[in-house]
Amino acid sequence: MIEIRDIIKEYTNGKEKTRVLKEVSFQIQKGEFVAIMGPSGSGKSTLMHIIGALDTPTSGTYLLDGQDLSELPADDLARIRKAKIGFVFQAFHLLPRATVLRNVILPLIYAKVGSEERAKRAKQALLDAGLDETHHLHLSNQLSGGQMQRVAIARALVNDPAIILADEPTGNLDSKTGDLVLETFKKLHDQGRTVVLITHEPYVAEHAERIIVIRDGMIVEDRKNTKL
Amino acid sequence: MKISDMFQEVYLGISSNKIRSGLTMLGIVIGIASVIAMLSIGGGAKAQIENNIQAIGSNLLMVMPGAQRGIGASVNAGRGTAQTLTIEDSEALKNAPGVDSVAPESSQRYQITVAGKNTNTQTIGTTPAYMNVRNVSVELGSFFTDTQVASRSKVAVIGPTTLIDLFGEGANPVGQRIRIKGMEFTIVGVTAAKGGSGFSNSDDVVIVPISTMSTFLSGSKNISTIGIKAVDQESMTLAQEEITALLLARHNIPSPDNADFSVLNQSDLVDAVSSVTDTFTALLASIAGISLLVGGIGIMNMMLTTVTERTREIGLRQAIGAERIEIISQFLGEAVLLTLMGGFLGIVMGYGISRVISSLMQTPTVVSWSSITLAFGVSAAIGLIFGFYPARQAAQLNPIQALRYE
Repeated sequence: MIEIRDIIKEYTNGKEKTRVLKEVSFQIQKGEFVAIMGPSGSGKSTLMHIIGALDTPTSGTYLLDGQDLSELPADDLARIRKAKIGFVFQAFHLLPRATVLRNVILPLIYAKVGSEERAKRAKQALLDAGLDETHHLHLSNQLSGGQMQRVAIARALVNDPAIILADEPTGNLDSKTGDLVLETFKKLHDQGRTVVLITHEPYVAEHAERIIVIRDGMIVEDRKNTKL
Repeated sequence: MKISDMFQEVYLGISSNKIRSGLTMLGIVIGIASVIAMLSIGGGAKAQIENNIQAIGSNLLMVMPGAQRGIGASVNAGRGTAQTLTIEDSEALKNAPGVDSVAPESSQRYQITVAGKNTNTQTIGTTPAYMNVRNVSVELGSFFTDTQVASRSKVAVIGPTTLIDLFGEGANPVGQRIRIKGMEFTIVGVTAAKGGSGFSNSDDVVIVPISTMSTFLSGSKNISTIGIKAVDQESMTLAQEEITALLLARHNIPSPDNADFSVLNQSDLVDAVSSVTDTFTALLASIAGISLLVGGIGIMNMMLTTVTERTREIGLRQAIGAERIEIISQFLGEAVLLTLMGGFLGIVMGYGISRVISSLMQTPTVVSWSSITLAFGVSAAIGLIFGFYPARQAAQLNPIQALRYE
């Protein structure tokens, strides 16, 4: 479903060219739970941006559900993100003065879903992400970090995206709530969703079924997780 | 995004920082309120002046004697000082094309006395056509008749102000006698009030037959003005030309440049006064407009701050699929909603201010629909103009950098 072929990404800073990704290729099938792991500066964030249709590669092809995204303009990429990608960020990125429900509904507003339908779907997404109804009308800045991240997860899956893309989802959480969040991803995977986890922590990566290790812009390892 | 959802997002955006939004809006409120108040003062002044001019009579032309020329034409006395118009001139104008009615007027100030009270007021000698020409109606009794003019009757019609001065409020003076310049006159009627019009208060007046005036009071056949009512607005120019030609012929003057009279057209007067009040209004409104401009800059400043503060939010919206136009619409919408609300409050406040000015300064003010529409239009335009740049800044953010913004 995701096909990354010979992707190169270069940044130009003045005269100096930095090649962040050097001919990366791999595939992710529907329903997989993959961790992309690497130290900072390895290019994993750049890779995530390309997979998440936030950025396009300098060269190479990126096929998502058979559609080539490598050369699409900004607004077309926005439409792809709206339809196919659910993001979970390290810093949660919730709207602070809006209710939990409103935060989760936001992607459906952009997708022009009717108000009854979206309330129903948002509530289900919150339940799937492990947040019960007592919190649905709280303001999002009244929640704990773990609860915030679950709201963010609910927001990522409310649109029923092709991939849930989580960028260091446990980075701002203590290890106990981090584990709960990782447990949530596992559950979502068990429901048949495709989850891609980007992390620098081997411990976090160990929760996935498959681990892709990236270093200096190249894939150095791509293995099934045998510890599960 | 649907329109209703967009509106909700815009409202949430504004209401999330109420103090800042309120203060920014205040700039627009003050700007719009002052524009509305200034326009209302200008509009009120114009309406008052036009009313006063209308009260003199509609479709009115006035023939005034020309300036009295000194020998060698070096010194001119004021216009109207020459004594060149006569009752016969006035009679001759009655049949001119475009003329509805003609009233000769001869006016002088005399001392009027009645039972121990006295007043000094304008006494006008004229004919019953005066009522039609000058838009005068009679409230009590009746106007004197053409027969009374012909017979030089000593009858008088008084204005309501004169009535109060001589008899007190609410008295019925019809049938009572007054003395003008020591001569006894019988009051036959009282005119209806027309309202004061500055120095020439048409309510403080005593009207007598012109024949009586020239025989017993002034002793002169010369008249000070001929008031002429044209048939309608369109025939005023025609009537003016015909009157000029006729009087030139009667006075044996070959060239209009040497005319010993002048014909004044009421609409010229209205136009002149209107252009003065328009200039005055424009001046006031443009000063107020400057405060509106300052308000607009305030909006832009606030929106730029908002966009910077909400960079991460914008990044998130982009990440979950907001297109560029949706980001622009949201921030432009916030600016326009602020200025529209400010505009609405400004109109209400401007209306209030104009009422206060009316009651404190005794000047009428008129808040017109056109100024309200203008205020709404201008406030929406300010939102669009000053909101566009910040909104575009927001939409041009790179989602990756926006998400990482600290």
